[in-house]
Amino acid sequence: MLRFFFSNPLSLGLAQAAVAALAAMLVVLLARKRGIHLESETLVAMLRGIVQIVAVGSILLLLLRGPRWTSGFLLSAMTVAAGAISARRAKGMPDAFRVSAWAIACGAGSVIALMTWLGVIDTAITSLVPVGSMLIANAMNTNGLALNRLRSDVLAHVGEIETALALGAEARVSVSPYVQASFEASLIPAIDSLRSLGIVWIPGLMAGMLLSGARPVYAAIYQFVVIAMIFAASGLTSLVSTLLIRSRIFTSAEQLILQPGR
Amino acid sequence: MNPRLTSDLILRTEHLRRAVKERILVEDASFEVRAREVVCIVGPSGSGKSSLLRLLNRLDEPTAGTVYVEGSDYRRIAPRELRRKLAMVTQRPYLFPGTVEENLRFGPAQHGQVLSQNAIEELLVRVGLKGYATRNVANLSGGEAQRVSVARTLANSPLVLLLDEPTSALDEASKLEVESLIQRIVRDQGLTCVLVTHDTAQAARLAARALVMDAGRILRDGPTSEVLHA
Repeated sequence: MLRFFFSNPLSLGLAQAAVAALAAMLVVLLARKRGIHLESETLVAMLRGIVQIVAVGSILLLLLRGPRWTSGFLLSAMTVAAGAISARRAKGMPDAFRVSAWAIACGAGSVIALMTWLGVIDTAITSLVPVGSMLIANAMNTNGLALNRLRSDVLAHVGEIETALALGAEARVSVSPYVQASFEASLIPAIDSLRSLGIVWIPGLMAGMLLSGARPVYAAIYQFVVIAMIFAASGLTSLVSTLLIRSRIFTSAEQLILQPGR
Repeated sequence: MNPRLTSDLILRTEHLRRAVKERILVEDASFEVRAREVVCIVGPSGSGKSSLLRLLNRLDEPTAGTVYVEGSDYRRIAPRELRRKLAMVTQRPYLFPGTVEENLRFGPAQHGQVLSQNAIEELLVRVGLKGYATRNVANLSGGEAQRVSVARTLANSPLVLLLDEPTSALDEASKLEVESLIQRIVRDQGLTCVLVTHDTAQAARLAARALVMDAGRILRDGPTSEVLHA
Protein backbone atom coordinates (compact mmCIF):
# COMPACT_ATOMS: atom_id res chain seq x y z
CA MET A 1 0.00 0.00 0.00
CA LEU A 2 2.87 2.36 0.84
CA ARG A 3 4.26 1.94 -2.67
CA PHE A 4 1.05 3.50 -3.90
CA PHE A 5 1.87 6.75 -2.09
CA PHE A 6 5.67 6.79 -2.30
CA SER A 7 7.52 6.23 -5.53
CA ASN A 8 10.91 7.56 -4.36
CA PRO A 9 12.91 4.70 -2.68
CA LEU A 10 14.16 6.96 0.14
CA SER A 11 10.68 8.28 0.97
CA LEU A 12 9.32 4.74 0.76
CA GLY A 13 12.03 3.50 3.14
CA LEU A 14 11.30 6.27 5.64
CA ALA A 15 7.57 5.57 5.45
CA GLN A 16 8.20 1.85 6.02
CA ALA A 17 10.43 2.68 9.01
CA ALA A 18 7.75 4.95 10.46
CA VAL A 19 5.06 2.26 10.13
CA ALA A 20 7.30 -0.39 11.74
CA ALA A 21 8.18 2.03 14.57
CA LEU A 22 4.48 2.74 15.06
CA ALA A 23 3.80 -1.00 15.45
CA ALA A 24 6.58 -1.20 18.06
CA MET A 25 5.15 1.81 19.92
CA LEU A 26 1.70 0.18 19.95
CA VAL A 27 3.23 -2.70 21.89
CA VAL A 28 4.81 -0.21 24.26
CA LEU A 29 1.40 1.42 24.81
CA LEU A 30 -0.16 -1.98 25.49
CA ALA A 31 2.61 -2.68 28.01
CA ARG A 32 1.97 0.70 29.62
CA LYS A 33 -1.68 -0.26 30.14
CA ARG A 34 -0.42 -3.23 32.17
CA GLY A 35 1.80 -0.97 34.24
CA ILE A 36 5.06 -1.81 32.43
CA HIS A 37 6.84 1.41 31.45
CA LEU A 38 9.11 0.96 28.45
CA GLU A 39 8.24 4.21 26.65
CA SER A 40 11.39 6.26 26.99
CA GLU A 41 13.80 3.31 26.74
CA THR A 42 12.10 1.99 23.58
CA LEU A 43 11.82 5.40 21.96
CA VAL A 44 15.49 6.22 22.59
CA ALA A 45 16.55 2.74 21.42
CA MET A 46 14.53 3.06 18.21
CA LEU A 47 15.84 6.53 17.42
CA ARG A 48 19.39 5.39 18.14
CA GLY A 49 18.86 2.27 16.06
CA ILE A 50 17.66 4.15 12.97
CA VAL A 51 20.38 6.78 13.22
CA GLN A 52 23.07 4.14 13.72
CA ILE A 53 21.93 1.86 10.91
CA VAL A 54 21.57 4.74 8.45
CA ALA A 55 25.03 6.00 9.47
CA VAL A 56 26.53 2.53 8.98
CA GLY A 57 24.72 2.22 5.63
CA SER A 58 26.26 5.51 4.52
CA ILE A 59 29.72 4.49 5.76
CA LEU A 60 29.40 1.13 4.02
CA LEU A 61 28.54 2.96 0.82
CA LEU A 62 31.83 4.88 1.15
CA LEU A 63 33.82 1.81 2.14
CA LEU A 64 32.66 -0.29 -0.75
CA ARG A 65 35.44 1.24 -2.76
CA GLY A 66 37.96 1.21 0.09
CA PRO A 67 40.84 -1.25 0.75
CA ARG A 68 40.03 -4.66 2.31
CA TRP A 69 41.65 -3.88 5.67
CA THR A 70 38.81 -1.46 6.40
CA SER A 71 36.58 -4.50 7.11
CA GLY A 72 38.91 -5.49 9.96
CA PHE A 73 38.83 -1.95 11.32
CA LEU A 74 35.03 -1.79 11.13
CA LEU A 75 34.51 -5.20 12.74
CA SER A 76 36.96 -4.32 15.55
CA ALA A 77 35.08 -1.08 16.23
CA MET A 78 31.80 -3.03 16.25
CA THR A 79 33.28 -5.51 18.78
CA VAL A 80 34.28 -2.70 21.14
CA ALA A 81 30.83 -1.10 20.84
CA ALA A 82 29.17 -4.51 21.38
CA GLY A 83 31.30 -5.03 24.49
CA ALA A 84 30.24 -1.66 25.89
CA ILE A 85 26.55 -2.27 25.15
CA SER A 86 26.33 -5.77 26.60
CA ALA A 87 28.40 -4.79 29.66
CA ARG A 88 25.46 -2.58 30.65
CA ARG A 89 23.43 -5.74 31.25
CA ALA A 90 25.97 -6.72 33.89
CA LYS A 91 25.76 -3.75 36.23
CA GLY A 92 27.91 -4.24 39.30
CA MET A 93 29.93 -7.07 37.74
CA PRO A 94 33.63 -6.25 38.06
CA ASP A 95 35.41 -5.58 34.78
CA ALA A 96 32.22 -6.25 32.76
CA PHE A 97 33.29 -4.17 29.74
CA ARG A 98 36.69 -5.81 29.34
CA VAL A 99 35.23 -9.27 29.85
CA SER A 100 32.47 -8.59 27.30
CA ALA A 101 34.81 -7.12 24.69
CA TRP A 102 37.29 -10.00 25.07
CA ALA A 103 34.55 -12.62 24.99
CA ILE A 104 32.96 -11.17 21.86
CA ALA A 105 36.37 -10.77 20.23
CA CYS A 106 37.21 -14.41 21.02
CA GLY A 107 33.77 -15.81 20.17
CA ALA A 108 32.71 -13.84 17.12
CA GLY A 109 36.26 -12.92 16.06
CA SER A 110 37.53 -16.48 15.90
CA VAL A 111 34.47 -17.70 13.96
CA ILE A 112 34.76 -14.79 11.50
CA ALA A 113 38.50 -15.42 11.05
CA LEU A 114 38.12 -19.16 10.60
CA MET A 115 35.18 -18.91 8.19
CA THR A 116 36.86 -16.21 6.15
CA TRP A 117 40.03 -18.30 5.94
CA LEU A 118 38.00 -21.35 4.88
CA GLY A 119 36.21 -19.26 2.24
CA VAL A 120 32.75 -19.58 3.82
CA ILE A 121 32.62 -15.80 4.20
CA ASP A 122 33.74 -13.80 1.20
CA THR A 123 36.56 -11.33 1.88
CA ALA A 124 34.77 -8.53 0.01
CA ILE A 125 33.71 -5.73 2.33
CA THR A 126 30.11 -6.03 1.16
CA SER A 127 30.04 -9.62 2.40
CA LEU A 128 32.48 -9.68 5.34
CA VAL A 129 31.12 -6.62 7.18
CA PRO A 130 27.39 -7.49 7.09
CA VAL A 131 27.92 -11.18 7.91
CA GLY A 132 30.56 -10.35 10.55
CA SER A 133 28.29 -7.76 12.12
CA MET A 134 25.52 -10.36 12.37
CA LEU A 135 27.84 -12.65 14.31
CA ILE A 136 29.05 -9.82 16.55
CA ALA A 137 25.50 -8.59 17.24
CA ASN A 138 24.30 -12.05 18.20
CA ALA A 139 27.41 -12.65 20.30
CA MET A 140 26.66 -9.34 22.03
CA ASN A 141 23.09 -10.42 22.86
CA THR A 142 24.24 -13.80 24.13
CA ASN A 143 26.95 -12.19 26.23
CA GLY A 144 24.46 -9.72 27.73
CA LEU A 145 22.05 -12.54 28.55
CA ALA A 146 24.78 -14.70 30.09
CA LEU A 147 26.18 -11.95 32.31
CA ASN A 148 22.76 -10.68 33.30
CA ARG A 149 21.58 -14.18 34.26
CA LEU A 150 24.80 -14.95 36.13
CA ARG A 151 24.56 -11.68 38.04
CA SER A 152 20.97 -12.27 39.13
CA ASP A 153 21.62 -15.93 39.98
CA VAL A 154 24.67 -15.09 42.08
CA LEU A 155 22.82 -12.29 43.90
CA ALA A 156 19.90 -14.64 44.57
CA HIS A 157 22.17 -17.43 45.87
CA VAL A 158 24.77 -15.61 47.96
CA GLY A 159 23.89 -17.86 50.91
CA GLU A 160 24.46 -21.08 48.97
CA ILE A 161 27.71 -19.80 47.42
CA GLU A 162 29.13 -18.65 50.75
CA THR A 163 28.05 -21.90 52.38
CA ALA A 164 30.06 -23.81 49.78
CA LEU A 165 33.05 -21.49 50.39
CA ALA A 166 32.67 -21.96 54.16
CA LEU A 167 32.82 -25.73 53.62
CA GLY A 168 36.19 -25.34 51.89
CA ALA A 169 35.05 -25.30 48.26
CA GLU A 170 37.04 -23.49 45.59
CA ALA A 171 35.41 -20.30 44.32
CA ARG A 172 34.82 -21.84 40.89
CA VAL A 173 33.06 -24.84 42.47
CA SER A 174 30.82 -22.62 44.59
CA VAL A 175 29.40 -20.81 41.52
CA SER A 176 29.53 -23.63 39.00
CA PRO A 177 25.74 -24.36 39.03
CA TYR A 178 25.03 -20.69 38.26
CA VAL A 179 27.75 -20.40 35.60
CA GLN A 180 26.30 -23.47 33.88
CA ALA A 181 22.72 -22.18 34.13
CA SER A 182 23.67 -18.77 32.71
CA PHE A 183 25.57 -20.38 29.83
CA GLU A 184 22.59 -22.59 28.98
CA ALA A 185 20.06 -19.76 29.31
CA SER A 186 22.09 -17.43 27.11
CA LEU A 187 22.03 -19.96 24.28
CA ILE A 188 18.26 -20.48 24.29
CA PRO A 189 17.62 -17.84 21.55
CA ALA A 190 20.39 -19.25 19.34
CA ILE A 191 19.15 -22.83 19.77
CA ASP A 192 15.55 -21.76 19.09
CA SER A 193 16.71 -19.91 15.94
CA LEU A 194 18.33 -23.10 14.67
CA ARG A 195 15.28 -25.18 15.58
CA SER A 196 12.72 -22.89 14.00
CA LEU A 197 14.73 -22.03 10.91
CA GLY A 198 12.46 -22.15 7.87
CA ILE A 199 9.44 -23.28 9.90
CA VAL A 200 8.73 -20.22 12.01
CA TRP A 201 10.87 -17.63 10.25
CA ILE A 202 12.75 -16.91 7.06
CA PRO A 203 15.68 -14.80 8.20
CA GLY A 204 16.58 -11.46 6.68
CA LEU A 205 19.69 -12.61 4.88
CA MET A 206 17.82 -15.31 2.97
CA ALA A 207 14.97 -12.93 2.21
CA GLY A 208 17.52 -10.39 0.92
CA MET A 209 19.25 -12.99 -1.24
CA LEU A 210 15.91 -14.10 -2.69
CA LEU A 211 14.95 -10.50 -3.40
CA SER A 212 18.26 -9.92 -5.16
CA GLY A 213 17.64 -12.93 -7.41
CA ALA A 214 19.73 -15.70 -5.80
CA ARG A 215 18.60 -19.31 -6.24
CA PRO A 216 16.29 -20.25 -3.34
CA VAL A 217 18.19 -23.46 -2.46
CA TYR A 218 21.54 -21.65 -2.31
CA ALA A 219 19.97 -18.81 -0.32
CA ALA A 220 18.52 -21.36 2.11
CA ILE A 221 21.81 -23.22 2.54
CA TYR A 222 23.74 -20.00 3.06
CA GLN A 223 21.19 -18.88 5.62
CA PHE A 224 21.77 -22.14 7.50
CA VAL A 225 25.51 -21.49 7.30
CA VAL A 226 25.02 -18.05 8.83
CA ILE A 227 22.73 -19.33 11.61
CA ALA A 228 25.21 -22.11 12.42
CA MET A 229 28.04 -19.53 12.53
CA ILE A 230 25.91 -17.35 14.81
CA PHE A 231 25.42 -20.32 17.12
CA ALA A 232 29.14 -21.06 17.18
CA ALA A 233 30.08 -17.42 17.80
CA SER A 234 27.40 -16.98 20.49
CA GLY A 235 28.28 -20.21 22.26
CA LEU A 236 31.98 -19.43 22.32
CA THR A 237 31.32 -15.87 23.50
CA SER A 238 29.09 -17.04 26.33
CA LEU A 239 31.60 -19.69 27.35
CA VAL A 240 34.48 -17.21 27.43
CA SER A 241 32.54 -14.45 29.17
CA THR A 242 31.14 -16.68 31.94
CA LEU A 243 34.57 -18.17 32.57
CA LEU A 244 36.27 -14.77 32.59
CA ILE A 245 33.69 -13.16 34.87
CA ARG A 246 33.67 -16.18 37.21
CA SER A 247 37.15 -15.40 38.46
CA ARG A 248 36.43 -11.68 38.73
CA ILE A 249 33.49 -11.95 41.13
CA PHE A 250 35.81 -13.29 43.83
CA THR A 251 38.82 -11.74 45.52
CA SER A 252 42.15 -13.55 45.55
CA ALA A 253 41.17 -14.86 49.01
CA GLU A 254 38.04 -16.43 47.47
CA GLN A 255 35.59 -13.93 48.96
CA LEU A 256 32.45 -13.18 46.97
CA ILE A 257 32.59 -9.58 45.74
CA LEU A 258 29.12 -9.48 44.21
CA GLN A 259 26.76 -8.95 47.14
CA PRO A 260 23.28 -7.40 47.35
CA GLY A 261 23.49 -3.74 48.29
CA ARG A 262 27.25 -3.45 47.84
CA MET B 1 52.10 -16.29 81.23
CA ASN B 2 50.91 -19.78 82.05
CA PRO B 3 52.38 -22.07 79.31
CA ARG B 4 49.32 -24.35 79.35
CA LEU B 5 47.02 -21.42 78.69
CA THR B 6 49.28 -20.17 75.88
CA SER B 7 49.17 -23.54 74.14
CA ASP B 8 45.39 -23.63 74.64
CA LEU B 9 44.98 -20.43 72.67
CA ILE B 10 43.20 -21.29 69.42
CA LEU B 11 42.02 -17.96 68.14
CA ARG B 12 43.20 -14.43 68.73
CA THR B 13 41.85 -11.39 66.93
CA GLU B 14 43.91 -8.24 66.86
CA HIS B 15 42.26 -4.86 66.30
CA LEU B 16 39.90 -6.22 63.64
CA ARG B 17 38.14 -3.59 61.62
CA ARG B 18 35.81 -3.78 58.66
CA ALA B 19 34.33 -0.84 56.83
CA VAL B 20 32.30 -0.94 53.61
CA LYS B 21 32.31 2.38 51.82
CA GLU B 22 31.79 4.85 54.67
CA ARG B 23 30.02 2.38 56.95
CA ILE B 24 31.96 0.82 59.84
CA LEU B 25 30.77 -2.72 60.53
CA VAL B 26 33.42 -3.83 63.00
CA GLU B 27 35.82 -1.56 64.88
CA ASP B 28 38.89 -2.51 66.89
CA ALA B 29 37.73 -6.01 67.86
CA SER B 30 40.35 -7.84 69.91
CA PHE B 31 39.66 -11.02 71.84
CA GLU B 32 40.97 -14.52 72.44
CA VAL B 33 39.31 -17.91 72.33
CA ARG B 34 40.82 -20.93 74.08
CA ALA B 35 40.38 -24.60 73.30
CA ARG B 36 37.01 -26.10 74.32
CA GLU B 37 35.66 -22.66 75.17
CA VAL B 38 32.13 -21.63 74.11
CA VAL B 39 32.01 -17.90 73.48
CA CYS B 40 28.82 -16.06 72.67
CA ILE B 41 28.74 -12.78 70.75
CA VAL B 42 25.59 -10.92 71.71
CA GLY B 43 24.15 -7.59 70.75
CA PRO B 44 21.21 -5.95 69.00
CA SER B 45 20.56 -6.25 65.23
CA GLY B 46 23.15 -4.35 63.23
CA SER B 47 25.67 -4.32 66.07
CA GLY B 48 28.28 -6.11 63.92
CA LYS B 49 28.06 -9.64 65.43
CA SER B 50 27.66 -11.50 62.12
CA SER B 51 30.16 -9.20 60.40
CA LEU B 52 32.71 -10.08 63.08
CA LEU B 53 32.01 -13.81 62.66
CA ARG B 54 32.46 -13.53 58.86
CA LEU B 55 35.88 -11.97 59.47
CA LEU B 56 36.94 -14.95 61.57
CA ASN B 57 36.79 -17.42 58.67
CA ARG B 58 37.71 -14.74 56.15
CA LEU B 59 34.45 -14.77 54.20
CA ASP B 60 35.03 -11.01 54.36
CA GLU B 61 38.38 -9.25 54.40
CA PRO B 62 39.29 -7.09 57.41
CA THR B 63 40.03 -3.48 56.51
CA ALA B 64 42.58 -3.55 59.32
CA GLY B 65 43.84 -5.97 61.95
CA THR B 66 44.14 -9.71 61.68
CA VAL B 67 43.32 -13.06 63.25
CA TYR B 68 45.81 -15.59 64.61
CA VAL B 69 44.76 -19.22 64.36
CA GLU B 70 46.88 -21.45 66.59
CA GLY B 71 49.49 -18.72 66.56
CA SER B 72 49.63 -18.20 62.78
CA ASP B 73 48.40 -15.08 61.01
CA TYR B 74 45.39 -16.35 59.07
CA ARG B 75 46.51 -14.57 55.91
CA ARG B 76 49.30 -17.14 55.76
CA ILE B 77 46.77 -19.98 55.73
CA ALA B 78 45.08 -20.88 52.41
CA PRO B 79 41.47 -19.61 52.61
CA ARG B 80 40.03 -23.07 51.91
CA GLU B 81 42.14 -24.67 54.63
CA LEU B 82 41.22 -21.87 57.04
CA ARG B 83 37.50 -22.31 56.37
CA ARG B 84 37.71 -26.00 57.04
CA LYS B 85 39.40 -25.26 60.37
CA LEU B 86 36.99 -22.48 61.32
CA ALA B 87 33.75 -23.98 60.04
CA MET B 88 30.58 -21.96 59.92
CA VAL B 89 26.92 -22.83 60.39
CA THR B 90 24.75 -20.08 58.97
CA GLN B 91 21.39 -18.72 60.09
CA ARG B 92 19.61 -20.56 57.27
CA PRO B 93 20.88 -24.05 56.47
CA TYR B 94 21.34 -23.56 52.67
CA LEU B 95 21.41 -27.26 51.87
CA PHE B 96 22.49 -28.21 48.35
CA PRO B 97 19.87 -29.97 46.19
CA GLY B 98 20.09 -33.75 46.58
CA THR B 99 20.23 -36.15 49.51
CA VAL B 100 21.41 -35.65 53.06
CA GLU B 101 24.33 -37.96 52.31
CA GLU B 102 25.44 -35.88 49.32
CA ASN B 103 25.41 -32.78 51.51
CA LEU B 104 27.57 -34.47 54.14
CA ARG B 105 30.06 -35.62 51.51
CA PHE B 106 30.45 -32.11 50.04
CA GLY B 107 33.03 -30.62 52.45
CA PRO B 108 35.43 -33.59 52.61
CA ALA B 109 35.18 -34.03 48.82
CA GLN B 110 36.60 -30.52 48.37
CA HIS B 111 39.96 -31.74 49.59
CA GLY B 112 39.79 -35.13 47.93
CA GLN B 113 38.48 -37.06 50.92
CA VAL B 114 35.68 -39.60 50.50
CA LEU B 115 33.45 -39.88 53.55
CA SER B 116 32.72 -43.53 54.37
CA GLN B 117 29.20 -44.81 54.91
CA ASN B 118 30.06 -45.45 58.55
CA ALA B 119 31.28 -41.90 59.01
CA ILE B 120 28.02 -40.60 57.49
CA GLU B 121 25.91 -42.74 59.80
CA GLU B 122 28.01 -41.66 62.77
CA LEU B 123 27.55 -37.98 61.90
CA LEU B 124 23.80 -38.47 61.53
CA VAL B 125 23.59 -40.24 64.89
CA ARG B 126 25.47 -37.32 66.46
CA VAL B 127 22.85 -34.86 65.20
CA GLY B 128 19.92 -37.15 65.99
CA LEU B 129 19.04 -38.00 62.39
CA LYS B 130 19.83 -41.71 62.25
CA GLY B 131 18.62 -43.27 58.98
CA TYR B 132 18.27 -39.95 57.13
CA ALA B 133 21.21 -40.51 54.72
CA THR B 134 19.14 -41.15 51.59
CA ARG B 135 16.43 -38.59 52.31
CA ASN B 136 16.03 -35.72 49.89
CA VAL B 137 16.81 -32.42 51.61
CA ALA B 138 13.71 -30.87 50.01
CA ASN B 139 11.57 -32.98 52.36
CA LEU B 140 13.22 -31.95 55.64
CA SER B 141 11.68 -29.70 58.29
CA GLY B 142 13.48 -26.48 59.28
CA GLY B 143 14.96 -28.07 62.41
CA GLU B 144 16.08 -31.20 60.54
CA ALA B 145 17.67 -29.09 57.80
CA GLN B 146 19.62 -27.10 60.38
CA ARG B 147 20.82 -30.32 62.01
CA VAL B 148 21.98 -31.60 58.62
CA SER B 149 23.78 -28.29 58.19
CA VAL B 150 25.56 -28.83 61.54
CA ALA B 151 26.47 -32.43 60.56
CA ARG B 152 27.77 -31.20 57.18
CA THR B 153 30.01 -28.71 58.98
CA LEU B 154 31.23 -31.36 61.44
CA ALA B 155 32.12 -33.62 58.49
CA ASN B 156 35.10 -31.30 57.90
CA SER B 157 36.41 -32.05 61.44
CA PRO B 158 36.74 -28.37 62.34
CA LEU B 159 38.94 -26.86 65.00
CA VAL B 160 36.39 -24.17 65.84
CA LEU B 161 32.67 -24.13 65.14
CA LEU B 162 31.31 -20.70 64.18
CA LEU B 163 27.54 -20.50 64.60
CA ASP B 164 25.73 -17.50 63.15
CA GLU B 165 22.30 -17.26 64.79
CA PRO B 166 21.70 -20.97 64.08
CA THR B 167 18.24 -21.02 65.65
CA SER B 168 16.82 -17.64 64.66
CA ALA B 169 15.00 -18.99 61.59
CA LEU B 170 13.41 -21.88 63.55
CA ASP B 171 10.21 -22.34 65.54
CA GLU B 172 10.43 -22.71 69.32
CA ALA B 173 10.50 -26.55 69.35
CA SER B 174 13.17 -26.79 66.62
CA LYS B 175 15.15 -24.03 68.31
CA LEU B 176 15.37 -26.03 71.56
CA GLU B 177 16.30 -29.19 69.59
CA VAL B 178 19.19 -27.43 67.83
CA GLU B 179 20.29 -25.77 71.07
CA SER B 180 20.52 -29.11 72.88
CA LEU B 181 22.36 -30.53 69.85
CA ILE B 182 24.96 -27.76 70.10
CA GLN B 183 25.32 -28.36 73.85
CA ARG B 184 25.76 -32.11 73.27
CA ILE B 185 28.36 -31.66 70.52
CA VAL B 186 30.36 -29.16 72.53
CA ARG B 187 30.23 -31.35 75.65
CA ASP B 188 30.94 -34.71 73.98
CA GLN B 189 33.60 -33.58 71.51
CA GLY B 190 35.11 -30.74 73.51
CA LEU B 191 34.67 -28.54 70.43
CA THR B 192 35.56 -24.86 70.59
CA CYS B 193 32.64 -22.72 69.62
CA VAL B 194 31.92 -19.08 68.79
CA LEU B 195 28.19 -18.42 68.68
CA VAL B 196 26.42 -15.28 67.49
CA THR B 197 22.99 -14.62 68.91
CA HIS B 198 20.72 -11.68 69.67
CA ASP B 199 18.96 -13.81 72.29
CA THR B 200 20.58 -13.18 75.68
CA ALA B 201 18.71 -16.10 77.29
CA GLN B 202 20.18 -18.43 74.67
CA ALA B 203 23.62 -16.96 75.29
CA ALA B 204 23.23 -17.67 78.99
CA ARG B 205 22.12 -21.26 78.30
CA LEU B 206 24.91 -22.08 75.86
CA ALA B 207 28.03 -20.09 76.71
CA ALA B 208 30.14 -19.53 79.77
CA ARG B 209 31.66 -16.41 78.26
CA ALA B 210 30.09 -13.60 76.26
CA LEU B 211 31.20 -10.62 74.24
CA VAL B 212 28.67 -7.81 74.10
CA MET B 213 28.76 -5.75 70.91
CA ASP B 214 27.19 -2.51 69.84
CA ALA B 215 27.90 -0.24 66.85
CA GLY B 216 30.66 -2.60 65.69
CA ARG B 217 32.62 -2.47 68.94
CA ILE B 218 33.08 -5.04 71.70
CA LEU B 219 31.78 -3.27 74.78
CA ARG B 220 32.17 -6.05 77.34
CA ASP B 221 33.95 -9.40 77.50
CA GLY B 222 33.62 -11.79 80.43
CA PRO B 223 31.55 -14.51 82.10
CA THR B 224 28.08 -14.54 80.51
CA SER B 225 26.20 -14.06 83.76
CA GLU B 226 28.26 -10.97 84.57
CA VAL B 227 28.45 -9.20 81.24
CA LEU B 228 24.80 -9.70 80.33
CA HIS B 229 23.67 -8.10 83.56
CA ALA B 230 26.24 -5.33 83.66
